[in-house]
Amino acid sequence: MKIDVRGLSRTFVAAGRETPALLDVDLEVAEHEFVCLLGPSGCGKSTLLNIVAGFLRPSAGEVLVDGRPVTGPGADRGVVFQEYVLFPWLTVAGNVEFGLQLKGTPASERRAIVARYLELVGLAAHAEKFPVQLSGGMKQRVAIARALANSPEIILMDEPFGALDAQTREVLQDELGRIQRVEHKTVLFVTHSIREAVYLADRIVVMTSAPGRIKQVFTLKLPEIRDRFAPEFTHYESEITRVVKEEVAKVHE
Amino acid sequence: MLLSSVSEMMEWGVRGAPATRRAALSWRVSSLMAFLALWSLAGGLVEATRPFNPLFLPAPWVVIGALLELAHKGQLWVHVAATLERVAVGFAAGAVLALALGLLAGQIRAVRNVVEPVIELLRPIPPLAVLPLFIVWVGIGEASKVGFITYATFFPMFVTTVHGVTQIDGRLLRAAQSLGARPRHLFLRVILPAALPDVLTGLRLGVALSFFVIVISEFVGAESGLGYLINDGRNFFLVPQMLGAAVLLGLLGYAGNALVRVLERRVLRWQHPR
Repeated sequence: MKIDVRGLSRTFVAAGRETPALLDVDLEVAEHEFVCLLGPSGCGKSTLLNIVAGFLRPSAGEVLVDGRPVTGPGADRGVVFQEYVLFPWLTVAGNVEFGLQLKGTPASERRAIVARYLELVGLAAHAEKFPVQLSGGMKQRVAIARALANSPEIILMDEPFGALDAQTREVLQDELGRIQRVEHKTVLFVTHSIREAVYLADRIVVMTSAPGRIKQVFTLKLPEIRDRFAPEFTHYESEITRVVKEEVAKVHE
Repeated sequence: MLLSSVSEMMEWGVRGAPATRRAALSWRVSSLMAFLALWSLAGGLVEATRPFNPLFLPAPWVVIGALLELAHKGQLWVHVAATLERVAVGFAAGAVLALALGLLAGQIRAVRNVVEPVIELLRPIPPLAVLPLFIVWVGIGEASKVGFITYATFFPMFVTTVHGVTQIDGRLLRAAQSLGARPRHLFLRVILPAALPDVLTGLRLGVALSFFVIVISEFVGAESGLGYLINDGRNFFLVPQMLGAAVLLGLLGYAGNALVRVLERRVLRWQHPR
């Protein structure tokens, strides 16, 4: 298993009260697999992702990557955040080569890698721009290129398209699907959009609302290139919607 | 006008701006001219009608005349150089101290907890209140003047540096760590560039404050400097010399500020790229 989450729990303490965010979560992600974590807001899916990334420590349980326990963030797990989080003082190219510079990759090689990934996300013409000059969609493309250029085996994405408008969102989903068919990364992708999950994932993990537990897992039997209007697609969409609705309803009770 | 893309909007911004910038500049120049004209008029009227001794309100040309005379005697440059040297050395020392300690305190909570209370205790004391102490401790020579500037400029530069480091978006640090950054990388490649806007603001405050406090320390037991010229002018009733030295101080302060602005525009180009 590429990622092995074992008996993971996480409790947050706020104003002296303990609130469990995650409760006894077990999850295995195979190499090259694209797994979506889906659930209502506050279900702990981002908490789970942050623990896998090494940003948060679990209260109980552990996360193994390639059999080794995660103790902190590292270059083996690239992260794409919802709010882009580009380095504003670096150009687009500078952002993409950040990790390569740390690794000491020679300049000529860096240039080639940066060019390749900017091409892949369609930003070759914007290499010398600064983040303030980019739209949200372009920023997120840079963030994806930055994560990929560092060649991690795992990419963790925390609602990466959540801040984008509906049209840009679908365009980026298409692009991510296309990129994944080239790159074959192991991806853990947090979203609350069912449609997005069905479009991208090999497997969808639906989580319960607080405390977050795994409610149900769907292994999608859909073709690699997906059609949002195919009957099988909408079938999964409605079935998963029903499962998620139960959880959303619980939140409102 | 329909602007359908970011680049079009920027294009429009580039072409649209100069006209308004030119207009703004002409307003600024006109305002300066008007001020000088008003001053000249007042000076001229006082000269002509003598409601009081015109020495009290010399016209601009009298002030310039006094400066030219000093320059002719070879004294002006000596005084300007003396002030500039004290400011340069005192400010540089203050900046080095403030940045070093500020970066350290901003990064390490333990250091901040030790250093900050003392600084917060000293900071509200007007620097001028401690000038006599400096003189008692190190005498009225160069050391007390330079040291006084260092002391006064340290505080704003320290505070802005600490702020620059502590306000850093934690997500930038996380992003860098996920790209393989180690602590030393984080400092050089994330914390330093992210704190730079605040650090530069601090430097600008420091430069302004340098010219502010040097004058007073040159009032006391100095034999050179623009502050000395003002005090000397007071003793001998040389109002044009007092005004002339004040104007020069203003110009030097303005130039110092402009210098930091140029530096800012260069290193912070990412904030307003074209």
